[in-house]
Amino acid sequence: MHTIAFPKLADYDVPARYLLNHITNYKIIKPEINLNTIEIGSKHSPDFVCTPFKYTLGTLINGLKKGADTLIQFGGGCRYGAYAALQEEILKKLGYKFEMYNLITAGKTDIKRIKKIFKTIDPNIKIYKSLRYLIIAFSMVKYMDKIDNYIRENIGFEIDKGSFIRLKKKMLNDFYNCKGLFHLRRLYTKYKKRFRKIKVDKPKDYLKVGIIGELYTLMEDSANYNIEYELAKYKISIKRFTNVTYLLLKKRRLVKKYLRKMKNIKYKLGADALDNVYHTKYLCKKKYDGIVHIKSSFCTPEIGAMPLINDIAKKNNVPVIFFSFDTNTSKVGVETRIEAFVDMLKMKKGRL
Amino acid sequence: MKECYLGVDIGSISTKGVVIDNDNNIIAKDYIWTEGNPVNSVKKLIKSLKSQINGDYILKGIGTTGSARKLIGLMLDANIVKNEITAHAIGTISLHPDVRTILEIGGQDSKIIIINNGIIVDYAMNTLCAAGTGAFLSSQAKRIGVDINDFGALALESDNPVKIAARCTVFAESDLIHKAQSGYDLKDIVAGLCRSVVLNYLNNVGKGKKIKGPIIFQGGVSKNKGVVKYFKEVLNEDIIVDDNGHLMGALGVAIISKKYKTDKVYNFNMSNIEFITKGLECNGCSNNCEILKIFKNSKLIDTWGNRCPKGATI
Repeated sequence: MHTIAFPKLADYDVPARYLLNHITNYKIIKPEINLNTIEIGSKHSPDFVCTPFKYTLGTLINGLKKGADTLIQFGGGCRYGAYAALQEEILKKLGYKFEMYNLITAGKTDIKRIKKIFKTIDPNIKIYKSLRYLIIAFSMVKYMDKIDNYIRENIGFEIDKGSFIRLKKKMLNDFYNCKGLFHLRRLYTKYKKRFRKIKVDKPKDYLKVGIIGELYTLMEDSANYNIEYELAKYKISIKRFTNVTYLLLKKRRLVKKYLRKMKNIKYKLGADALDNVYHTKYLCKKKYDGIVHIKSSFCTPEIGAMPLINDIAKKNNVPVIFFSFDTNTSKVGVETRIEAFVDMLKMKKGRL
Repeated sequence: MKECYLGVDIGSISTKGVVIDNDNNIIAKDYIWTEGNPVNSVKKLIKSLKSQINGDYILKGIGTTGSARKLIGLMLDANIVKNEITAHAIGTISLHPDVRTILEIGGQDSKIIIINNGIIVDYAMNTLCAAGTGAFLSSQAKRIGVDINDFGALALESDNPVKIAARCTVFAESDLIHKAQSGYDLKDIVAGLCRSVVLNYLNNVGKGKKIKGPIIFQGGVSKNKGVVKYFKEVLNEDIIVDDNGHLMGALGVAIISKKYKTDKVYNFNMSNIEFITKGLECNGCSNNCEILKIFKNSKLIDTWGNRCPKGATI
């Protein structure tokens, strides 16, 4: 009997745990990020590595402490792709005994390779039987992202504070216990209706802000000090493009379109940098009031994208603000800058 | 009976306060050291402001800004709590309506605000490093044994400032030691330091910003004539340093509080309020939140720092 641990990314541990629970009978550890995780993670990480490395390493160490012996990590299109290998080495040096598997390497999802990995993790996995649960997990991700988009647009205007978050918690709990694809779809329609019933006080001419940047910092709210909610609090509707649905299903197709449409960019710029430049253009065109760009410190692809984003936003007269998060960024500093940014947007509309 | 409004700016080093009337005229002002105790310094400040006011005024609004704005806002029951960027911009615009760029270097942070037609269009604040702030200058002044008040005058005497690597405070410091040990003149080193603050600021905070005149330079470091000189030289523009530059944040937040005034009437008798804060660690979960409980007249009025409802009740 083995125990599996994997890093945390927003609420996506719900479908991941759902899938693993149904295809193996191994124990699954629910990943958590708290101050303790961050502290351990940064203690054992190289100093100038980007924050996702520190956060994921901390979560994995906590998983190992709880008795995990099988670790699953995910790669990415930037140096995140090399994280699994480096983290494995660091953890082995710390004296832990485990097997580590990297599901996505060099930004590519190779189904055959993943199938092989799952077979090695647990030889009892029935591939055709698990296909069903894989489809359910994917649908769950898709439904979660759709609901999240709606929450993001409306949470700032809620009348009863906390009603969106409470309902979302309930929904995730129900999703986790769903019995099949049809049941999941029924749950989704039910919760969609309930979310739309939550009373919001949306004025006619509300502020709209687009939020772009590096994927981990964007999605994991403990890595960005819950910046989305901090912004939404000032009665702002938020638009975010990056989520798992986008990264896994849409990105590959859209990148070609981006390259075709943006004549002055000839290369992909690495990771999500090209996407962010294109999205800046999109947000300017759709007359958004402001753009927030966030990344973890030392994120190289985004550093390359920032001058381009700045240039496009300046030309279109859309205010843009850049945030760089490290493990020890002070929350007060973030709040001050956001408040000033919102004041600036309001002043521009003549409302301060 | 005329109406008046109080603005308080509680910075890391100093506490500033102004009282304005309905036409934004300053009728009382003061500037004292914070000395790490914002509650006491604000009490002192308000006492001094009260003694300056002569005439029949009622206090209709209170605004707070600066790094202790939340705490003092709670203590004074302020009707507006604003960040220092907006407060500085609004205060400056009220006195210099045509300003395009505000450079501000304070004790712990530095910022740049770009203004167009009386509205903020862009701003930046130093993020990761203290390079190019007042704290850097004062610690280096101590190192080379020059009083910080004579710093600017000494820098003006030099016409050959030494080059000091300006990218980072730590490197600048080791570069400075190297220059001092190899026998450069003190005034040239001091001038080099002032110049390095300017370059630091423009490289860090001012990066990518279009700096256009009229430029106003504020914050404690603006009192340093050496830094002003090198800003003029590097930017090739005239730099305006207002005598009331240090009061702009307080003035701005007073103006905002006038805008958001309610029917509530305040008074200046705050020095007898008992205001205590108590810090403790919540052990409810592994987050171990640092909790700050705030008591006014020995009644608990707020709890800060908790990430969940558990921390609010311990």
